[in-house]
Amino acid sequence: MMIDQSVRLEFKQNLYNEMLRIRTVEERIAELYSEQEMRCPVHLCIGQEAIAVGVSAALQNRDYVFSGHRAHGHYLAKGGNLKAMMAEIYGKEGGCSQGNGGSMHLIDLSVNFMGSTPIVGSTIPVAVGAAFTAKIKKQHAVSVAYFGDGATETGVFHESINFAATQNLPVIFICEDNFYSVYSSFEERQSANRDIIKLVQGHGVNSFEGDGNNVEEVFNLTLSAVNRAREGGGPSFIKLLTYRWREHCGPNYDNDIGYRTEAEFLQWQAKCPLKAYETILMSMNIMSDALYQKLFSEYLTEMNNAVQYAKSQPFPSIKNAFTDIFSAQ
Amino acid sequence: MIRTLTYAEALNEAQVQCLEADENVYVIGLGAPDPKGIFGTTIGLREKFGSDRVFDMPISENAVTGMAIGSAITGMRPVLSHQRIDFAIAAMEQIVNQAAKWYFMFAGQSSVPIVIRMIIGRGWGQGPQHSQSLQAMFAHVPGLKVVMPATAHDAKGLLIASIEDNNPVIFIEHRWLYGLNSLVPQEKYSEPLGRCKVIREGTDITIVSLSYMTIESLRAADMLEDSGVSTEIVDIRTVSPLDWDTIFESVSKTGRLLVADTGTMSFGVSGEIIAKCVENLYGKLKSSPNRISLPDLPSPTSSSLAKTYFPRAVDIAELALSSFGRNLDKKWWKLEEGVRLDIPNTNFTGPF
Repeated sequence: MMIDQSVRLEFKQNLYNEMLRIRTVEERIAELYSEQEMRCPVHLCIGQEAIAVGVSAALQNRDYVFSGHRAHGHYLAKGGNLKAMMAEIYGKEGGCSQGNGGSMHLIDLSVNFMGSTPIVGSTIPVAVGAAFTAKIKKQHAVSVAYFGDGATETGVFHESINFAATQNLPVIFICEDNFYSVYSSFEERQSANRDIIKLVQGHGVNSFEGDGNNVEEVFNLTLSAVNRAREGGGPSFIKLLTYRWREHCGPNYDNDIGYRTEAEFLQWQAKCPLKAYETILMSMNIMSDALYQKLFSEYLTEMNNAVQYAKSQPFPSIKNAFTDIFSAQ
Repeated sequence: MIRTLTYAEALNEAQVQCLEADENVYVIGLGAPDPKGIFGTTIGLREKFGSDRVFDMPISENAVTGMAIGSAITGMRPVLSHQRIDFAIAAMEQIVNQAAKWYFMFAGQSSVPIVIRMIIGRGWGQGPQHSQSLQAMFAHVPGLKVVMPATAHDAKGLLIASIEDNNPVIFIEHRWLYGLNSLVPQEKYSEPLGRCKVIREGTDITIVSLSYMTIESLRAADMLEDSGVSTEIVDIRTVSPLDWDTIFESVSKTGRLLVADTGTMSFGVSGEIIAKCVENLYGKLKSSPNRISLPDLPSPTSSSLAKTYFPRAVDIAELALSSFGRNLDKKWWKLEEGVRLDIPNTNFTGPF
C-alpha cells in the first residue's frame, strides 16, 4: 500500500513537473524571440499545458501522436527532444527536421511523435491512418490527433471521425477548445445551437468534454479512452476547454487589439493549470516554494542549454535541402 | 510466360502480385470491391485477399487520402483508387500539403509510399467534371511522382514499380486504354519510374506523347510515313520526374518536336517540354516546336462538340507536317467520315 501511495505521489509530481517544464520552455522562447534569431512563426501553448501533459501521461512510447501548428507542448510531453526542437526553431542543423520544417513541423520518431503540420485539421486523417496500421498490425497502440476548436469546422474532421468509426480504429481525437481561431470568435464561426459533442456522437463515436486546465481530469478522460481503444472499443473524441494566454502566433500578449478583453484573459489566467495543480500539491505537501524554485531553475538551465546548443549549431547545407524531395528505393 | 492482356487486366494482375508479395499492401477505393471493380481493375481482389486488404470507402476523398498517408508513414503501402481524376481534387489538400511534402518537411525521416490511381478519359458525354486531364496540376507539385502508362505492358510494370516506390505516386490511367491489348509477361516485373521509352524509331521528327495520345501518335506516325516523314515517338510514361535525357537525345537527332498531351494547353505538360527543349537544344531545332492538346476550355458533353474538342491522329499528323511546310493528304481525313469519334472503338456502347 505504501508503494502504491508513493507511486501515486510521484505520478502527480511528474504531471506538475512536465507542465512547469513546458511553461519554462515557452516563456523562454517568448523572451528570446525579439532577438530575431528564431526566424519562423511560433505558436506558444502557455495556458494550455495541462492538455499535452495529461494526455501524454495516459500514453505509452509506442502510441502515435500527431499535432498541428501549436505543437511544442505536445511534442515535449510525449518525450520529444528539446535540443532538436530548439535547433529546429533556430533553423539549424541538428534540428528535428534539419531546418526544413521549423516550429510548425516537429517530429521525434524515437517517441512516436509522428509529426506536426500547420494546416488546420490536416493531420487528423493522418492520425487515423496510423491507427489503421496499429489495428492491422495488431500493435496494441493507439493514435492521438491534437487539434483546436477551429478544426471541428473542417470537412476533413467529420470525414475522419466517420472513417475511424466505420473501421473501429484505436484513435483518440483531442480537441483543445480555446475559443478562438486566430482572432475569430465562436460567434463568427459557429451557430450558438451547435453542439460538437452531439455532432460527434451522431457519427457513432464516444464523445466527452472536460476541463482542459485540470491535468488529472485530462489524464483520466484520456486514459479511459486509451483503454477502450486498446481493447477494441474504437475511437473517442475529447473536447477540453482551455485558453491561450499569448497571441495566436508570436511572443506577445494581445488583449489590447480588440478581439478579446483583458478581463476575459485575467479570468482565465486565474485558472492557470499550473497554479491550480500547484495549490493542490502544496496542500498535500508534495510541492513547496523551495521545490518550485529548484525545479524552475533546473528547467531553465536545461532550456538555456538547448538554446545554446541551437545557436551554436551550423545552418543546414543548401545541398541537403534541395535533394530531400524523394526517398531513394 | 508472355501473353496478351488488356490494360485493365494488366493493372489487375499488378495489384494481385503486389498484394501477394507484400502483406503491407492494401487496396482502397470507392467501389474497389463492387461488382464492376473500377473498370475491371480490382475485380476479384477482395475474394482473393479479404476485406481487410481490399475495401470500399466513404465518399470522403480528403480524409481517406490522409488516412492512407498516415498508414503509409507507419509501414503500410496503400493503393488508393479514384474512378475519376475529378473526384481526387477533393483530396488536393492532403495530396499537396501532406503526401508531397512529408519526406521533405521532416528531412527524410519518414516517407509516404502511397499510390493514388486516378482515371482520365474522353468522349461518351463524360463532360466538364468527368473527363479532365489534370496531370500538370500534380506534376507542378515537387514531391509527387506522376505516372501515365500508355500500354498494358507498361501499365503492369509501372504500377508495380509505383507500389514498390517509397514516395507518393499519382498513377493516371486513361479509360480509352482499358480495352487495349499488349504482350504482358505473367511474372511480376517493374518498369523504372522516371524513364521515357522510344516506342517507334524515326529520323525526321520527334513526337513526345503520353497516355492515350501515344496511341493516337502511333496512328499519326503511319500517316506521316505515308507522306514520307519518318517519325520517332517518345512515350513519356512518367511525367514527373521527367526523363529529359531521352527526349533531348531524340530531338537532337530529328531536330523537330511535337508534343501530344491529353490535357488543356496552357501552363501544361506540352509547354514545359517545349520550353526545356528550346532552352537546351535551341541551335539544333530545325523548326519551331508544336503541340497538340485540348483547347483551354472545359470538356463539352455533346458528341458533336466532343468531335472537335478532342484531338486525334489526323490532327497530330497535320500539325507535324506543317513543320515541314506541308499538308496531310485529304484521304486521311476522309477515313473519319461517318466514324463515331466519341468512343474508343465500336465495341464500346456506354454507359460510362
